[in-house]
Amino acid sequence: MSYAPNTDADRAAMLRTVGVESIDDLFVDIPVQHRDPTLDLPPALPETDVIRHLSELGARNATSSDLPSFLGAGFYRHFVPALVDQQLLRSEWYTAYTPYQPEMAQGTLQAMYEFQSLVCDLTGMDVSNASLYDGASALAEAVLLCRGLTRRPRVVVADTVHPAYREVAATYVSALDVEFKVVAAARRHGRSVRPDVQPLAEAIDDQTSCVVVQRPDFLGMVVDLDPVVQAARRHGARVVVVVGDPVSLGLLAPPGNLGADVVVGELRSLAGPPAYGGPGAGMFAVRSQLIRRVPGRIAGRTTDLDGKNAFVLTLQTREQHIRRERATSNITTNQALVTLGATISLSALGRRGLREIAEQSLSAAHRTAEALADAGAVIATDAPYFNEFAVHAPEGAAVRLERLRSDGNVLAGVDLGCVSPEFDDLILVAATELTTASDVQALATAWAKTK
Amino acid sequence: MTDEPLIYDLSSPGRRGVRPPLPQFDPVDPAAALPSSELRSDLPLPEASEIDVMRHFLRLSHKNHSVDTAMYPLGSCTMKYNPKVNEVTARTPGLADVHPNQPPETCQGALALIYELEALLAAITGFPAVSTQPAAGSQGELCGLLSILAWHESRGETRTQVLVPDSAHGTNPATGTMSGLQVVSLPTADDGGIDLENLKESLGPGVAAIMLTLPSTLGLFERRIVEVVDLVHAAGAQVYCDGANMNAMLGRVRPADLGIDVMHLNLHKTFSTPHGGGGPGAGALAVQAHLEPFLPAPRVVRNGDAFELAEPSPTSIGRVHSHLGNFGNLVRAYTYIRSLGAEGLREAADDAVLNANYLRASLSDDYDLPYERICMHEVVFAGTRQRRLGVRTLDIAKRLIDYGIHPPTIYFPIIVDEALMIEPTETESRESLDNLIDVMRRIAREAESEPDKLHDAPVNAPVRRLDEVTANRRPNVRRVPEGGD
Repeated sequence: MSYAPNTDADRAAMLRTVGVESIDDLFVDIPVQHRDPTLDLPPALPETDVIRHLSELGARNATSSDLPSFLGAGFYRHFVPALVDQQLLRSEWYTAYTPYQPEMAQGTLQAMYEFQSLVCDLTGMDVSNASLYDGASALAEAVLLCRGLTRRPRVVVADTVHPAYREVAATYVSALDVEFKVVAAARRHGRSVRPDVQPLAEAIDDQTSCVVVQRPDFLGMVVDLDPVVQAARRHGARVVVVVGDPVSLGLLAPPGNLGADVVVGELRSLAGPPAYGGPGAGMFAVRSQLIRRVPGRIAGRTTDLDGKNAFVLTLQTREQHIRRERATSNITTNQALVTLGATISLSALGRRGLREIAEQSLSAAHRTAEALADAGAVIATDAPYFNEFAVHAPEGAAVRLERLRSDGNVLAGVDLGCVSPEFDDLILVAATELTTASDVQALATAWAKTK
Repeated sequence: MTDEPLIYDLSSPGRRGVRPPLPQFDPVDPAAALPSSELRSDLPLPEASEIDVMRHFLRLSHKNHSVDTAMYPLGSCTMKYNPKVNEVTARTPGLADVHPNQPPETCQGALALIYELEALLAAITGFPAVSTQPAAGSQGELCGLLSILAWHESRGETRTQVLVPDSAHGTNPATGTMSGLQVVSLPTADDGGIDLENLKESLGPGVAAIMLTLPSTLGLFERRIVEVVDLVHAAGAQVYCDGANMNAMLGRVRPADLGIDVMHLNLHKTFSTPHGGGGPGAGALAVQAHLEPFLPAPRVVRNGDAFELAEPSPTSIGRVHSHLGNFGNLVRAYTYIRSLGAEGLREAADDAVLNANYLRASLSDDYDLPYERICMHEVVFAGTRQRRLGVRTLDIAKRLIDYGIHPPTIYFPIIVDEALMIEPTETESRESLDNLIDVMRRIAREAESEPDKLHDAPVNAPVRRLDEVTANRRPNVRRVPEGGD
């Protein structure tokens, strides 16, 4: 079974047309000693059986219905309206490809243009591309853009930027002559943690191509970026802002208004469930003067021969299929379907809907913190935060998280030791508009029980 | 088809779309929780009703051609049928509603699926180690080249060049540059293969790798592959295979057996995960044992009956994805391989190659064929005969739109004049191929007798040909807000 409709009679007739005896004759260019290996694969499964098998695999994962979850750290469980997945299941969307032939892909192209517009409106930037793979590779491409623009060797990155994003950016520049300088941007005060961007501002110099900051930062804190932006301006460095949770933009000042030159982030939570971390969609937006350095696809508005409004992939001379080794990036396939989901979601939520889920997220996180404090926890975050905060775990975050899971049946958060060993007694707790009062009750009870 | 307004144009102040959940907690005032300087004053999103949003995107979807609409023989992209069962399994709550930071004890199914998929891809390609972390083919390429560079470095060697045949996908040279390498282009020999003499001259102590595509972008299997691999290895360099065209080889040859060192697979091509209007894809990377220590981290390993994330190898090139890749697509590819089994995969390759050869044999009287030999999963014609009539390949492509067929890939590979690169895939029936043949012949006749029909095409699409020059010169890439510049 291969979904191939040809019958043996079809094949025989086609082979006659081709002028060969058998299908084997079509593979004669393969070295004979390596031809026709036996593939050691499990037997083929019909539809019913393969669904059953995958359901069994799924049953070995806990979902948010099985265990109350306060996991965030860049991937948030947000409300996605029902119409989004109904649309994403339309064949016209998901079984098409990159709109190389615009006359046959106006749907995808207009949706891309609307996506770009929504990203610009949310971020306060001038130009958005049609997406990169995920938040991490979007940051990597931002770093590459700034390096190409300034021809300076150094990148200064706050340690409060998502650790996986930092790692991916470091991988992307590993073969290039780039110094990747990670600077502490949060400081411990006993059991608490507070932002401190001064060292970051001081690390920027005339050899710095860009400074990378996150907002809300990886610890959930909303930090005044102005000292960093001012320092960058003084030294001619660019400012890259990672958006911690796109829903935060329903409330927070757009990074474009704060002085960002490039804004990146992960949009998955607007389009669907976390799907074990992928596919995500990397947001990538810049100031207008950087448009010709942007990696990836961009849709533009134009007209057809009759003067009718239409959309087309534009500025393609930036891209690998035209520019080859001089392209702005090697990216080809992006995350179009995820961005379509985000576009539909933002459209359906609208101005008030996005603001309300942002407000509800903020409320849920702050009420969760109160409930934890009532249960005897020390809230470590000593700064304004959006929907994520740190809790102190004297016995160590890893130990406490394991006890909360095994004895308390909750996924309480993420061990902040991934940011810095100095934080390995802090747990990062996230809440959103989908967090229920009973989830919080379960967390508070578990915390008190495992004290 | 009429113009569809922008979603912003369906907005009316105060109109509500979908209602958010009921609040679960007493509200916290944002102005109390956050400094006022950190809050936004305006949120310029549309305010549209749910039904208007639904209709808007539905109408937009109608302006798309898709695999489920009709034939989509876009060369090098493998636009095969996307099985519907894959969409069902990917949406299984136990596989969709899983957070990437869950402890391994709570996501054994997800880890098992990744582990098993990597094992299946290893069996299909013959490579001992696979990483499904890369999000798409070009990210797989980057991982492959970085792994090769790390391997050279582990042997105390610094190599700065990568050889790329002039027929290669544009991603290959672009990846070379991202990997800090100097890209050296290799000319193609008269038979469409790699020119061995030229290869010998180009190889030297500075060459880190050759990136080749197998079958090549000309749709041809490299007959001298064993000699190529031997020459490259003798020069101390590595062989990278762009696996975009693996669909031609399933069950017919395992690339690892040919001595290839590293290869990426486009799961959205060969393994049927949908193309999504431009993604997401998934770009698994398969390597020989000596390159395994350099694969992206973290990796899923088996420990008895349990699956876990291994401590990163100290020599790993590092992470390339926020988490473990495009997991949703890994579920689909896994579903596909388990649905087909070894026989089904081989049948897919067989029918893909048979279908392409049937098109080659059926259309070679009407279109020039630059390489007259058996092809693999795709066939590349040249519109050179039609060009002499004043008709370009672009015109042929646009005329296909009028007949309801998606055009093939055009002007690629760039070494073929007026290229038309047709990849039918195995999921097209003989009748569907006969329809394409019939249409292509009619277009060839029209080129002779009514060339303006081609010049004016398309006339049966939602829009006619577009003004791309103005789009490039004065880019309009977002809706400009009212009162904006």
